[in-house]
Amino acid sequence: MNETDIKFLEDSFKKYYFNHFNLISTPQRTSEREFGYQKFNSGFFNRHISLRDDKELHLLFMQNIPSDVYCSNAYYAFPNSPMNEKDWKEADLIFDIDAKDLNLSCRNNHTASICNECNEISKDIVKCVKCNSTKLEKKSLPCKFCINASKIEVNKLSNVLIDDLGINKENIHVYFSGNEGFHVYVYNSQFQKMGSKERSELVDYIMFRGAIPETFGMKRFKPNRSSFPDFNQKGWNGRFSKQVFGSKSKRSKIISELLDNGYSSFQKTLDNVSDQIGVKIDPNVTMDIHRIFRLPGSINSKSGLTKTLCTDLTKFDPYTDACFLNDESIEVLANCPIEFKLKNKKFGPYNNEKISLPTYAAVYLICKKLATIA
Amino acid sequence: MLVLGQDEKAKYPFLADAGEYLKDKGFSLTQFGSDPVLKLSVEKALHRIKVAAAGEVYKSDLIDGQASKDYVLEREVFSFLLAIVLIKLTGMSTLIKRFALAEARRAENYLEKDLGNASNKSKIDLATRIIYDLFNIEIIKENDFFVIPVSDYLKHSVTFHEREWKLINRHVENGKVFLTPDKTVRLIRKELGNYISSKIINAPKPTMIPGLENIVNELITISKKLTPTYTITTGEYPPCIKHAIDVLEKGENLPHSGRFMLATFLLSRGQTVQQIAPLFKNAPDYNSRVTLYQLNHLAGTSGSATTYACPSCEKLKTQDLCFITKECDNIINPSQFGKKRK
Repeated sequence: MNETDIKFLEDSFKKYYFNHFNLISTPQRTSEREFGYQKFNSGFFNRHISLRDDKELHLLFMQNIPSDVYCSNAYYAFPNSPMNEKDWKEADLIFDIDAKDLNLSCRNNHTASICNECNEISKDIVKCVKCNSTKLEKKSLPCKFCINASKIEVNKLSNVLIDDLGINKENIHVYFSGNEGFHVYVYNSQFQKMGSKERSELVDYIMFRGAIPETFGMKRFKPNRSSFPDFNQKGWNGRFSKQVFGSKSKRSKIISELLDNGYSSFQKTLDNVSDQIGVKIDPNVTMDIHRIFRLPGSINSKSGLTKTLCTDLTKFDPYTDACFLNDESIEVLANCPIEFKLKNKKFGPYNNEKISLPTYAAVYLICKKLATIA
Repeated sequence: MLVLGQDEKAKYPFLADAGEYLKDKGFSLTQFGSDPVLKLSVEKALHRIKVAAAGEVYKSDLIDGQASKDYVLEREVFSFLLAIVLIKLTGMSTLIKRFALAEARRAENYLEKDLGNASNKSKIDLATRIIYDLFNIEIIKENDFFVIPVSDYLKHSVTFHEREWKLINRHVENGKVFLTPDKTVRLIRKELGNYISSKIINAPKPTMIPGLENIVNELITISKKLTPTYTITTGEYPPCIKHAIDVLEKGENLPHSGRFMLATFLLSRGQTVQQIAPLFKNAPDYNSRVTLYQLNHLAGTSGSATTYACPSCEKLKTQDLCFITKECDNIINPSQFGKKRK
């Protein structure tokens, strides 16, 4: 990214942080957290920072004008010490649901590729249309369908957390990540002190992975129909029934088919069902107990949108509710083959053209590397 | 503090205070080397260790968990305590491990029966108390099941490799896991073994008891035959590593977790950072400075000096990085691939 672009982004971000510091929620037990930040055009993380309160956090924003700010889900005795000396105490349970992991068919329609060799931008995501290179950087501008599909996963996750894992609804906070999905935070649960291995098991449970036929009524030897699950059962048994049997009237017929097809075929059914009813979370995020996460209220430098708490997920529209930058006009050279919408206004597509855009839209495109200041 | 009845002491002798028990009964250790009647207990102790060394579970003289006569009960407890003394005299850690495991499995049988004994509430209470006191797991009986918090279940079950122990294969509701008595007890087998072995390890080493030298020597001979096997490595890479190398060679993106796996695996096979770094050259976001920085970090030559180990197969499965084949042969970590026991 060139100097002018960086200067523009830094100015825009600084204005946001100056005017909207109230949107930044300093996490509970601030002094036990590890903070970190990145600056524009710097590949390195400044990590292992400890802050005492709001004021110190504010100062960090104003002095450094970071591109991204992070905070640990873990609580440490010495958050600013090197990793193995921090003395890990516990960590909130966090889930990451990202539209890019949902294999949505719409994705190709709103992904642009930037060639690493010749910088050509196009909608061809397999190879560069100019030099045929396959080294492409892909930039997606998620559509409404992507956001809705992610919301469905968040709701699936909430159901498992509440019904199966006994989490209080009040202790589940959902945030728009600032780019393509949602971060779900779980506070004060029985899982706070759990290590990485245990969290990984919890992930498999939530994703419906590793199920064996016996659990869902199919025995290897002498299977019988009475052991198959039913609709009113709690947990995965009930969800499995709804998915596989569909309706009560079909249950008996489908059980007969399952019995006829045998044990190994049932295992395949389970693996298929896993894709449909399992919650599509990023496993690496939840099992990492030393990770630092984007700080709620801070801007995501991949988009210029803010990581925002969703109090009403159904109504939440990230392109209006998480877009806080101003609409001061700025001239950019835009090369964006995809149409997008911000603050209820349509933009693009732009074919290498000089145009005037409101700051929030200019930042969005520059962050996606699809425009530069003219 | 648990108060144990006579029968419980025989079923769970590791809960008894060894020294106190002998003193209460009016015996000293030296008597066991010479007194012909007490020698019966020594023989029983020897038998108990031999059975454990052979990987089996000692069958006691208890009938339905009860001692028919007082002396049967005493011999049960004596033989356990003497077995510990004998093992301490041999100084062989292999025997400690085998004995602790076998005794844990023996106790497991009793705990399971006690938990499953629907008609006797006091037995259920005692078994749940033992589990709570020893392992801090609160078990509550709910109809025919024992329920424990999901986090407690995971803490113990993560070390099991059988798929049936995965949380997805358990009935989970409202933050609790529902278990049958046998699964409840199986869950704590390892901890029970650890508890018993720590009792043995922490027991003071007695001086040789005259009259028991031959038995001790016999046990040392048995133990030496159980010496651990050594391994040879074929040098071939496991399928997950081959896949990762393939992906990189094609210039496709390998996720961070895959790069971590590949680097830690190769480091564990003795390759240097300089040998590994060129593998990442084809990655779409390759940056030589960052690659070297990260490899040095993993190797422990920079940063916190921690050497990172290759993730387990279980973790790689969760990360979609496992491409298991028959050749994997039930290994639990890629670094074990191709190692053959001799």
